[in-house]
Amino acid sequence: MSLTSYTQQDFKSDQYVRWCPGCGNFAILNAIYKALVEVGISPAQTAVISGIGCSSRLSYYMNTYGFHTIHGRATAIATGVKVANPSLSVWQFTGDGDCLAIGGNHFIHALRRNIDINIVLHNNEIYGLTKGQYSPTSPKGLVTKSSPFGTIERPFKPAELIFGAGGTFFARTVDVDIPTSVDVMVAAAKHHGTSVVEVLQNCVIFNDGAYKTISTKELRIENTILLKQGEPMLFGKNQEKGLVLDGFNLKTVMIGENGITENDVLIHDATTQDFFLHQRLATMTGPDFPIAMGVIRNVSEPTYDEELVNQIHQVQSNSSIKTFEDLLDSIDSWEI
Amino acid sequence: MTKTNKIIELEQVVVRFSGDSGDGMQLTGTLFSNLSAILGNEISTFPDYPAEIRAPHGTLDGVSGFQVHLGAQKIMTPGDKADVLVVMNPAALKVNMHEIKPGGVIMYDENTFNTAGFQKAGFETENPFVELGLKDVQLLSVPLTEMTKLSLGGSSFDSKAAVRSKNMFALGLVCWLFNRPIDKAQDFLTKKFSKKPEILRANIKVLVDGYHYGNNIHAAVSTYRIGKSNIEKGRYTSISGNKAVAYGLIAAAQKAGLQLFLGSYPITPASDIMHELAARKDLGVRVIQSEDEIAGISTAIGASFAGNLAVTSTSGPGLALKSEAIGLAVMAELPLVIVDVQRGGPSTGLPTKTEQADLLQALYGRNGESPLVVMAASTPDNCFDYAYMAAKIAIEHVMPVILLTDGFIANGTALWKLPSLNDYPAIEPPRAIVDASEWKPYMRDPEKLNRYWMMPGTEGFMHRIGGLEKHCITGEISTDPMNHQKMVDVRRMKVEKVADFIPPLAIYGNEESETLLVGWGSTYGHLRSVVDELNEAGEKIALAHFNFIMPLPKNTHDVLSHYSKIVVCELNGGQFASYLRSQVSDVTFQQYNKVQGQPFEVEELVTYVSTIL
Repeated sequence: MSLTSYTQQDFKSDQYVRWCPGCGNFAILNAIYKALVEVGISPAQTAVISGIGCSSRLSYYMNTYGFHTIHGRATAIATGVKVANPSLSVWQFTGDGDCLAIGGNHFIHALRRNIDINIVLHNNEIYGLTKGQYSPTSPKGLVTKSSPFGTIERPFKPAELIFGAGGTFFARTVDVDIPTSVDVMVAAAKHHGTSVVEVLQNCVIFNDGAYKTISTKELRIENTILLKQGEPMLFGKNQEKGLVLDGFNLKTVMIGENGITENDVLIHDATTQDFFLHQRLATMTGPDFPIAMGVIRNVSEPTYDEELVNQIHQVQSNSSIKTFEDLLDSIDSWEI
Repeated sequence: MTKTNKIIELEQVVVRFSGDSGDGMQLTGTLFSNLSAILGNEISTFPDYPAEIRAPHGTLDGVSGFQVHLGAQKIMTPGDKADVLVVMNPAALKVNMHEIKPGGVIMYDENTFNTAGFQKAGFETENPFVELGLKDVQLLSVPLTEMTKLSLGGSSFDSKAAVRSKNMFALGLVCWLFNRPIDKAQDFLTKKFSKKPEILRANIKVLVDGYHYGNNIHAAVSTYRIGKSNIEKGRYTSISGNKAVAYGLIAAAQKAGLQLFLGSYPITPASDIMHELAARKDLGVRVIQSEDEIAGISTAIGASFAGNLAVTSTSGPGLALKSEAIGLAVMAELPLVIVDVQRGGPSTGLPTKTEQADLLQALYGRNGESPLVVMAASTPDNCFDYAYMAAKIAIEHVMPVILLTDGFIANGTALWKLPSLNDYPAIEPPRAIVDASEWKPYMRDPEKLNRYWMMPGTEGFMHRIGGLEKHCITGEISTDPMNHQKMVDVRRMKVEKVADFIPPLAIYGNEESETLLVGWGSTYGHLRSVVDELNEAGEKIALAHFNFIMPLPKNTHDVLSHYSKIVVCELNGGQFASYLRSQVSDVTFQQYNKVQGQPFEVEELVTYVSTIL
């Protein structure tokens, strides 16, 4: 089996990429090219669905089948694509407004059904294409064009919404960390079911610096933890810090202090059905805690498209109705 | 001693069953119409039920009705007023007091015609017939409740459970009244209750006892015999419009060699289309019951992009919610069938009642210049043909099509001759006719102007489409003024081109008439009956009935300009009339409109038309 028969060039369309200079979307686009090459799927078998917003222009830059749809509906449209042809690799690129505000209903129901699509959520905590209004993930108090005195709304934490809706895969990365983005996108592609990759993305125009505490490699070493399956939850320059459970809460500890050893540190398991710890990890914020990166949740559940196809096969194997003509033969009818 | 009652020979008869919404009137009516059809009658039925599943027992709000029109001649409507009205309680009598013909028979359950029943129905006296002024009727008082209890006495049913079978006693009696053998009804019941043998036994026992009761009482009412129809020989069933739509879509998918997909959200009165298709996993139909109306059409648009015959079904409020996504299908130029089973509006309106008031919404209810094909079925059985045609046009012209039906034909039933798909035209999805290296997403077929439908999974034809305006060939985003003009024009012309592929407008009725009735959609049966009745009475009148609305048949102007007087009859405030005025400028249209949540009655139209002839 050849997994490297396609190159990044195969996934690039001939369109000029029109995001603002310095936009985090360039890095996300680069990461998806690399990830798809690594996944090894053909461009013809790939469908990229997007809604409305800066992120959603991404479908034009992919030499795959692409559909740039309408605001908020990409999740539902991607669902239809996957159900119609489950052999396709279906990707949705969406922003925090498109996915969590106008498209929130479709998003939670895709997660509930566990339809096998990959959702890349570009979270820049702002509306960019409509020029700078607060979004459902904007922090409370953020001053924007539509909140000149600061927003009075509590933001969504996407992970909480995802776990609450029964999500089976959640990963997080930041736009500038392309290697991690590639890794989690590949993991998302391999996961059966709805995968959500939250990319913390900088908007240089309307919300510059939203993720400035993790914008460089050095800062990320101090302020994030890259979770890896089966490995201890260590972070810091020399992996000197770790996470332990203290009652129902996480606690940051220093290895070697107060008798704490590496053995006391939690081991990451993204595959537990119970999402208690995944939620604790995904909602960590600085400065007391590192921001969790990597694949945080990755559990196995039947997917909607598999269940549908299985049910069709099951019904077909027990039914003598194979054609429309058989259907007519099966109903009450009489000769006149 | 036996007494021979008078048997009246009838060409046609209208029977209306009415009772509480829990009394099983829909089942009773369906059984009676089906077994009449088997005996060779033509049938047309119309259920008239409340929005509440179970309104308070015995009240006017809870009355559910089912009207059956059967006869030897072409039966075009469920009939205006009933020859026989079966009422299970005083509330049903009150609600239907205007639905009985002079001289008709009212069969009622005397056990519910008591003080409590009269009070619940708001009667002020103990004699409802006098109170309602019902004089010229024959009354058949039957102790339905008591007789049903006696019939099931000694069985394992308690009396409360037993009473539930009283609709079968009524059915037995009606079968006696119309001289129809009950063995066919037993066959239907056996199928329906095959998994509930006890209920089956009880229902059959009560049915048989009801029939014999009719024979044994010396009722001083007439019984009837209806002649057989001389319609074309063949295999028939009775079918509702919703079921016929589902079947038409299944047939079209098979003929086109495509998988059928439905994205739909439950809504009265359209849900039965989803129910029918969800049950057809054996035929590989993929149905998503979506999270909302928008997702219903959005999943369908996704499925269309992926190459399925994609459908969404809804009613008026749902069509409103789908508007933006319909615009996407117009812009992206994808095949899509949108079935709108109209109901009374605006807003939630009258969910279980019929109306034709979504026409302008279907034609124009979107942002931008957003033309699409709008067509309408006109009888329960031809919902099959028009669903098939809607799918054919959507696929072959690569565009969305709105198919309008309404609660009247969607829930009503008619006799349907089982079709042979050999008699239906081929459906050929247009695929690219050039190599992938030369192909562009907005290249067009010169004849139909459609673009070619290439789906994901096809090697080499990768492309991007979307809701933004696109360059007229390459499909790249374009805001060029002249390109937009060109694309707006081509989307309109593409719809106009459909007129080359649909049948011309036909005239029914008197060829010398100078007066023309015009209708569209579900009013066909009533309008045709009006034309027949008036022409038989020596008048001269004709009918032009439309199934294709956007575009109109090409000969529309030629046909309409022959008449000095044209009356557009529709169940709305005049939407088709105003549309026709915009399309056929030098013709004057009068209007006859009714917006009561009910179909026309033939007699009201005859009365009206007589005044203008």
